[in-house]
Amino acid sequence: MGSLMSVGDYIRESQIWKSVFRHPAPYDRRNRVVVMLTNFFLHLHPVSIKQNGIALSYTWCMGGITFFLFLAETITGVLLMFYYRPTLEWAFNDILALRDVTTLGVMREIHRWGAHAMVITVWLHMYRVFLTGSYKPPREFNWVVGVILLKLTLLLSFTGYLLPWDQLAIWAITVGSNMARATPFLGHEGPGFQFLNVGGYDLITNASDARFLLLGSKFVGEETLNRFYILHCVAIPLAAAGLIAIHFWRVRKDGGISQPL
Amino acid sequence: MSLDPHPNLTSSVIFGLGWLYLIQFVMNFAWTWRSLKKGTHHRVPKFFGGGEVPVAMWWGMYTALLSMVMIAHFTGFSSPERFLIQLPGWFKFFVDSFIADAKWYFGFCVGAFGLMIWFRRVLATETAGWLMLNGGVLFLTLSLTDWDFRQIVGKPDNVPIVAMLFIVGYFTWLYFNRSNENDDRIEAGLPPKEAEDNEKVLVWPDLVYTELICMIAVTAFLFFWGVALQAPLEEPASAVKTPNPSKAPWYFLGLQEMLVYYDPWLAGVVFPSVILGGMMAIPYIDFNKRGNGYYTFNERKFAVSVFMFGFLPLWVGMIVLGTFLRGPNWNIFGIYEYWDVHKLEALNNVNLSEYFWLYGLNTAMPTPASTDSGMRILGMILLRESPGILLTLGYLIAMPSIMAMTFLKQYAFRMGFIRFMVFSNLILMMAALPIKMLLRWAFNLKYLVAVPEYFFNI
Ligand code: HEM
Repeated sequence: MGSLMSVGDYIRESQIWKSVFRHPAPYDRRNRVVVMLTNFFLHLHPVSIKQNGIALSYTWCMGGITFFLFLAETITGVLLMFYYRPTLEWAFNDILALRDVTTLGVMREIHRWGAHAMVITVWLHMYRVFLTGSYKPPREFNWVVGVILLKLTLLLSFTGYLLPWDQLAIWAITVGSNMARATPFLGHEGPGFQFLNVGGYDLITNASDARFLLLGSKFVGEETLNRFYILHCVAIPLAAAGLIAIHFWRVRKDGGISQPL
Repeated sequence: MSLDPHPNLTSSVIFGLGWLYLIQFVMNFAWTWRSLKKGTHHRVPKFFGGGEVPVAMWWGMYTALLSMVMIAHFTGFSSPERFLIQLPGWFKFFVDSFIADAKWYFGFCVGAFGLMIWFRRVLATETAGWLMLNGGVLFLTLSLTDWDFRQIVGKPDNVPIVAMLFIVGYFTWLYFNRSNENDDRIEAGLPPKEAEDNEKVLVWPDLVYTELICMIAVTAFLFFWGVALQAPLEEPASAVKTPNPSKAPWYFLGLQEMLVYYDPWLAGVVFPSVILGGMMAIPYIDFNKRGNGYYTFNERKFAVSVFMFGFLPLWVGMIVLGTFLRGPNWNIFGIYEYWDVHKLEALNNVNLSEYFWLYGLNTAMPTPASTDSGMRILGMILLRESPGILLTLGYLIAMPSIMAMTFLKQYAFRMGFIRFMVFSNLILMMAALPIKMLLRWAFNLKYLVAVPEYFFNI
């Protein structure tokens, strides 16, 4: 035992360790404060917090779990990207291979169930924020940021749904995106699109309306797969990550987790 | 006997259900232990001899019963043809004959919601919560003995929805449990519970460790789920083979359900935008300063009821309807009913303008002649649809003023003009779905305003 302890001490006294962690281990009060201030990952948090703000029965931990699921989805998603090619030729076969051949193909399961879970936890987080009245001043704006995050979460899930390129995927996306052609003025089956015409030519047709913009095509095809792949793997995650950063920043700036005044 | 193509019970189902009973057994064993420790007693009605018995006795009896059922499953699975524990046919028939009908289903959701608010005192006690949890799990377990139920609930993508129902139920219960306590305290002139014991603690270790444990638990849970349940992969995509029914991803099924009542431009574009915009507007229209930072119902009855109505019956309830009850041709099926592609439902819905001109005035509908000029065609259409247009405009323009002058006088006064207009229109939009449902069920009403020429149907 004694020698083990001294090995630990040796490591913690080494120049390498000290260069990574800029303070002694958080055993005493002073260093527990210092660790929160000097560690990049922990500096999201304040140093001390009201007890109520960390009570599970108050926050349900749902915002935190949502964030963790976002991270887990990012990691498993990047791993999946090593295997998956978003083309008509390969998309389905690559998923099939993930199921039947690839070691750690279970990443696909984790990614899919994690996505379902994230949709549910983000709803529950919103439910709790509403029920504790935490959207009231001074947190109005963070609620607005949250609603956008909710939408991004749903869009992430929706765009990812297409990628396996099986029957479930294309028809769900077909049903979902068919709505876009009914967009008022901007969809070719939407009310009022007839008014957007120049010299008798309709500006809005099935090859130029809102649905076409979304799908890159008149129906769910290869262009759609490409578009959804980029939305799913790059565009929406970046937007969500940026907004999450703002969200967390605002939680702190708005005075931490809400509590009775 | 001929071979049953859909055997209700197979060996593996019986064995699998044994595990579910095991979970219930463990859960209730712990609960029995808990109430034994607490030593609570319960008064027996005079009729049964009066006196007091420990509450733990009842739970102990239920636990013992569960253990016997569990053993029956684990030992009797080799002869499914003689296995007895399953749902009686009359029960399935009874449930299906109600649930396979949108008006009964929706009525049930709204009724249950109302009862929940009304009886929140009783329902949010621990005993009631435990009874409801037991009831829910038992219902699920017994229902799983049915072949059709298993087909739909057992779809891998539907499993999370079942879990969500329990989770949402639990948190709703928790909310009422905590707000009842706070409401009592507030009535007694005390601060809410969240204001007490609210000392500052260091984030390291108190919060950091909670987070670590949470992260490990979620990771373990995801791995378990991933290994236990394979992600779905159907046939390769084919643009010519349309599945029946074609469903959007499950979290959008509430929106897809709206398509039954409203055209895509409303159900798929306008209403979703209004929902998102309306949610963003919430902090700016709720002027009630109380209930910030603690659980309470009494201090914000209206806000909580409206939000919950939107979330529980309208959002979650419609997702359940869309996922579990909508089958081929978007017909409604009972949870124990076979998804028959040939099931017929008579659909002869009538537009308001038809009611008005054909049945009300007994004249022909105003119809433009093919030689008419554009302006005249438009005029004829407007005339034809004038009853619906007037009703809709009246709903969106006159109703807010009526609300402001009658039962929402206080709100209008305190909110100011713009805020009240936004608020009342949001409420009216939210009510538009149930109203259209009622009109459909009561009068087979198809469209209030029907201008198919311009894809403008309401
Ligand atoms: C990707 C989605 C989201 C993530 C990762 C996230 C994360 C978090 C976290 C970690 C907190 C700290 C407290 C807690 O855990 O409850 C928080 C607070 C908060 N969130 Fe979110 N959130 C998300 C979406 C939303 C949504 C959809 C809403 C509302 C519509 C929302 C509104 C708020 C508000 C108002 C607070 C402050 C709560 C308080 O002070 O009590 N967030 N969020």
